[in-house]
Amino acid sequence: MKTKALIAVLFIGIILFWAVEDMPAFGDPDAPATQYTGQLYVDSVLPDIGIDNIVTAILASYRGFDTLGEVVVIFTAGISVAMLLRRGGRL
Amino acid sequence: MMENVVIRTVSRLAVPFIQIFALYVIVHGASGAGGGFQGGVVFAASFILMIIAFGMANVRRRIDNRGIMWLSVIGIATYAGIGFLALLMAGNFLEYAAIEAALGIPHLHGILIDLVEAGIGIAVMASMVSIIYDIAGNGEESS
Repeated sequence: MKTKALIAVLFIGIILFWAVEDMPAFGDPDAPATQYTGQLYVDSVLPDIGIDNIVTAILASYRGFDTLGEVVVIFTAGISVAMLLRRGGRL
Repeated sequence: MMENVVIRTVSRLAVPFIQIFALYVIVHGASGAGGGFQGGVVFAASFILMIIAFGMANVRRRIDNRGIMWLSVIGIATYAGIGFLALLMAGNFLEYAAIEAALGIPHLHGILIDLVEAGIGIAVMASMVSIIYDIAGNGEESS
């Protein structure tokens, strides 16, 4: 069992290291992740929204509805734990 | 745990700084690294430290389960309320630019984002503390 697990780990590790070859260099401006909408956001955040932090601008303004859903997910987690574990009390 | 003077003294010193740092992270979200989620979790960490140092009953005496639940609802209501405020100002849901245009206050967009981040921070902090209360408190209701 241990040898099988070791073989599986080595196999997956070799595949992952093989894939590292194709990754773009760290901070490469020509990488695909920085090609499409990144420059658009960098150019339009300050005139659109007027705050400096691009991440917060995307999180709270462009994707505001998404973030509202995330907060509701965390709230739901808290409510669920309270309903499951809290005994003898009100919510 | 209550008789350990080192833990009590160090956490009495550390908790205000952790909470100030958490507020800084929340408020600083619009102009630097930070945001509501991170700041809320840091604030909840200060509650964990207080529970470790002073015991569950002492912390619950300051804010009980009902208060934590109310805070959690208030956080989400702040966020969603600003969204509905945009609806009232003839915009789309969560369209802050409509509020800014209707009221005519400059830089209101960034201020509304700060308010939204504060709401996120309150909701995340309250949810985390509620989970800690339920998991660490053996389910008893003490307020």
